[in-house]
Amino acid sequence: MSDSYYDASDLKKFSDIREHAPELADKFFDWYQAVFAEGALSAREKALIALAVAHGVQCPYCIDAYSKSCLEKGADAEQMTEAVHIAAAIRGGASLIHGVQMRHHVRKLSM
Amino acid sequence: MLSYPRTSMQARRLPLASSAAQRTTLGQLGDAYNFDEALQEAGLWPLSSTGIEILQVNVGKVCNQTCRHCHVDAGPDRREVMTQETMEACLRALRSTEIPVVDITGGAPEMNPLFRWFVEQCRELGRTVIDRCNLTILETAPHHDLAEFLAAHKVELVCSLPHYRALGTDRQRGDGVHAASIRALRRLNALGYGDGVSGLRLVLVTNPVGAFLPSAQESLERDWKRELWRNHGVKFDALYTITNMPISRYLEWLLESGNFEAYMERLVLSFNAAAASGVMCRNTLSVGWDGTLYDCDFNQMLEMPVEASVPQHIRDFDALLLDRRRIETGRHCFGCTAGSGSSCGGATVDT
Repeated sequence: MSDSYYDASDLKKFSDIREHAPELADKFFDWYQAVFAEGALSAREKALIALAVAHGVQCPYCIDAYSKSCLEKGADAEQMTEAVHIAAAIRGGASLIHGVQMRHHVRKLSM
Repeated sequence: MLSYPRTSMQARRLPLASSAAQRTTLGQLGDAYNFDEALQEAGLWPLSSTGIEILQVNVGKVCNQTCRHCHVDAGPDRREVMTQETMEACLRALRSTEIPVVDITGGAPEMNPLFRWFVEQCRELGRTVIDRCNLTILETAPHHDLAEFLAAHKVELVCSLPHYRALGTDRQRGDGVHAASIRALRRLNALGYGDGVSGLRLVLVTNPVGAFLPSAQESLERDWKRELWRNHGVKFDALYTITNMPISRYLEWLLESGNFEAYMERLVLSFNAAAASGVMCRNTLSVGWDGTLYDCDFNQMLEMPVEASVPQHIRDFDALLLDRRRIETGRHCFGCTAGSGSSCGGATVDT
């Protein structure tokens, strides 16, 4: 076991999660595969969304996997960087919009 | 990021410029990288020709570009050029058979001074002629009327454009290549190429700008068509995806960037038996600039000629023997069998 909480080689062990709950894992992986299949959105668009979400949830495994996936599906570094900015904008905006709640509290409590 | 090479490995006198050094580098990988064993496990060994349907003629290594990934180590500093004597031997081989397609490659094949003559001769024989064109050559002064020549002779164009955006294209092929390529594509469109009705077929070829595999060809083609039309008003007929082969300057880049072993592992883990059964070497005969015969352009660059028991030179062409030859393989062959497969005609397996 690694001394670090995160180990890049763990990404390849994702399917080990089947152990002890194979039926649940199979359902997850089947659904996961279906989600990323070409549909109303292209495979490239889905990979870019996944990359943005990966940054939003700050999952290094997902960032590793979807950086590669975006490149393979034909996205380039400029498009990927814009996707990451979207994640950052939503995260930043989500913090800032809560400032309205703060203002409600301030107004209620202040003279 | 690595600096962009301005010269061939040969001109830089790198040991890796020799095909022997490249074969040695690939040979140093472990037993898991044995291509023949992978074929045996898939029930495909030994791999043999299914008959020659494409005569691929490499008319020289001279090119106006020095692309980062080039498997030929081509460039302006190269001097290897096919002579008329060798081209005439190719034409004799064509006359003695009904091989329907002549696939002309290089380097920039158009830089061979006899390119136009050779195209005319092949077309007079009634064969489909493919020109593997880098697009920018059409924008150079000595070749200002090349596009019109190609259209007049109904040459099918298979043109390199790694990405529909400038960033990746210029990083792989050189500054300004994307802009020049778009100008050339617009000229080709104006001549009728890519309109789907004139019979002037225009195919684009993309290969990954880095150490990863290409995605599904059909999906990428939709993106390429939409984006090239939306951003540049350019139309084309089809997109071929080609996996980068771990030889020559792409091998140099893999080694320098520390991606070699991971890339090879990816190729091996992505071995696809369906792709292996449809590899291009089975219906192609590749002719080197000096007339030597190979199973494919990649074997040509690794100096691995056709098996010893069949004719080794185009002047000794014998269709009966060459049609049944056994294919020479090596570890680089995993590049053609990974994922959806890869060939000069793009992916070999539908996805």
